[in-house]
Amino acid sequence: MAAITPARRAGWATTNLVVIALALIPVLWLVSLSFKTPAAVLDPSFLPAQWTWGNYHGILTSAQFLRPLANSIGIGLISTFIAVVLASMAAYAIARLRFPGKSLLIGTALLIAMFPLIALVTPLFTIERALGLFNTWPGLIIPYVTFGLPLGIYTLSAFFREIPWELEKAAKVDGATPFQAFTRVIAPLAAPGMVTTGILVFLACWNDFLLAISFTSTIASRTAPAAMQYFSGGSVFTVPTGPIAAAAVVITIPIIIFVLFFQRRIVAGLTSGAVKG
Amino acid sequence: MAPIVLNHITKRFPDGSLAVNDFNLDIADGEFVILVGPSGCGKSTTLNMIAGLEDITSGELRIGGQVVNNKTPKDRDIAMVFQSYALYPHMTVRENMGFALKLAKTPKATINEKVSEAARILDLTQLLDRRPANLSGGQRQRVAMGRAIVRDPAVFLMDEPLSNLDAKLRVQTRTEVSRLQRRLGTTMVYVTHDQTEALTLGDRVAVMRTGVLQQAASPKELYERPVNLFVAGFIGSPAMNFLSGTLEDGMLRTSLGDFRLSDRLRREVDRSGTGRDVIVGLRPENFEDAALVSPDNRPHGITFRASIDVLESLGSDVFVYFARELGKGVNSAELEELARDSGRADSGASGETIVARLDAATHIGEGQDAELWVDTRAMHIFDPATGRNLSLVDDDGGTASVQAAPARADAGEPQAPTPDAAGSGGVQAVPGQAGPPGEAT
Repeated sequence: MAAITPARRAGWATTNLVVIALALIPVLWLVSLSFKTPAAVLDPSFLPAQWTWGNYHGILTSAQFLRPLANSIGIGLISTFIAVVLASMAAYAIARLRFPGKSLLIGTALLIAMFPLIALVTPLFTIERALGLFNTWPGLIIPYVTFGLPLGIYTLSAFFREIPWELEKAAKVDGATPFQAFTRVIAPLAAPGMVTTGILVFLACWNDFLLAISFTSTIASRTAPAAMQYFSGGSVFTVPTGPIAAAAVVITIPIIIFVLFFQRRIVAGLTSGAVKG
Repeated sequence: MAPIVLNHITKRFPDGSLAVNDFNLDIADGEFVILVGPSGCGKSTTLNMIAGLEDITSGELRIGGQVVNNKTPKDRDIAMVFQSYALYPHMTVRENMGFALKLAKTPKATINEKVSEAARILDLTQLLDRRPANLSGGQRQRVAMGRAIVRDPAVFLMDEPLSNLDAKLRVQTRTEVSRLQRRLGTTMVYVTHDQTEALTLGDRVAVMRTGVLQQAASPKELYERPVNLFVAGFIGSPAMNFLSGTLEDGMLRTSLGDFRLSDRLRREVDRSGTGRDVIVGLRPENFEDAALVSPDNRPHGITFRASIDVLESLGSDVFVYFARELGKGVNSAELEELARDSGRADSGASGETIVARLDAATHIGEGQDAELWVDTRAMHIFDPATGRNLSLVDDDGGTASVQAAPARADAGEPQAPTPDAAGSGGVQAVPGQAGPPGEAT
């Protein structure tokens, strides 16, 4: 590698600043908007002339937002849990066992991940209507798990492959059943991988708009991103920009905290010391 | 505590490769058996089959009298120490050692007691609350041992438990393992590729090669009476020297000199149908500085001259290396494999150089043209085609013992034994017929 000259350093710093600014300014703009009064939304100044909590107060007292927020959290957590449990078992099998059709299975899983979601919306809509899943929690949970699994299996099998196989043999010799070996030895070691996978699946569910808007019709199962679409302004002629911005901030902040909090755990190499390295 | 019986055990992997072929071994209760061989010889696979970590393709495995072929490791009452130790990184030393007992739903008080006891034996008491990541290699090794002994199992299995330690610690731990086994009196099967470990630890050593058990015997027996070329070359350090020999008129011609063979040996060689070419094996300690050999001993061997390439003085002994023309025949496939496997290609096994261990009193110096003597009573003769040790055919001491063999061997023969064959074992040296001077090669 070439030596890092001051000019190089300055070049990189500028590039980084530009990228960060491009990424953050819209978010900050959104935050700023959420504090503006309805009359000031078209005001081009960055900082609100008059700060107001009115938008937050409005959405956080309205069932039109609170119920979808609860749906989002519930559907997201349940989907994540199911996806991580299923993905770890599948990934473990893929990482450890040799069985016929293994590469076919991995291929199919990846194929699902590659498929454009929009192409599946119409058939899934028809299927859900026929099965009575339309506008229910399972109606969203099932597709979320389905589309979360390929990614989960892929990430987790990489993590399982990193775990020395001898640990599992040791557990077996120590008297563990295969299930015990998995839950007591392998799964704790793969915990960072499971957390990573969980975060990725949860983010996908939390941020999903397409399926949420297609498979729901009332706030009984509508999730927060979809619900924002149905906010109403002060009159039929007002666009509810302020409440939408506030809602967007409300659903973005928890994710940022969540990721920051688990970042250390994702990175921590828990397997060190298992075998002589 | 339990005997282990391996009866025609065979392992074939799904891809069709044969890892272990018709392995038979009876391991007595409390016996310490070592499986040794070059890498890829199937020794670890055999151990894993005993542990229940690999399926047995065919054959019968009995532990403590029970057939355990289809039992899971947990029902076999075994404990195993892995080469990598395989400690659970998310558990403390205490939890690691108590894990098996916890799975067996042993009461907490008992677990604590047993773990403390094992920790005391292995000097781990101070480390019980640490995690494996914070232990040194030697400490991890002891934790792995501790995890095995708290179980009080019927059988201990060890898969190269010392190979990750540095040389000094390895010697120290080797002694500890040996002491531990005597103290516990538990049947132990130990896998290693290190022949020193094998010879020093085992009651009995089983030498394997390409999935086939070559010989299972006490270390002494393996050393003195190897059944074939492979065992002969594998056991012993420095390795046995191999030379080609040609049989002509009852004489064995080698580049060191000519030996007279007993009728028995000659007959054996004839019967093996190998023609006149054989491989002669001589251990480094069979050689001696001719000046130091007493006149009584001289007739038991031959003297020859050699120019010494390298001399290594170890204080107690002197190793000398000299080159010899080996001739055809000695480059047997088996020998080549042996040299490759053991990585000793340059220390004598490969064939170009002969190693001799001489008494420290010798005055031979590097670069000298020295007169050496070799004791031909301890000579081994191998069939180059099959590698079989022809000098062991009679199970009564063979060529290694001085007395007896010729008379008995010749008893059934029509022709009379040569008069000078008696009294010097199966091989008769011919004094005065030393080989060409050492400037060969």
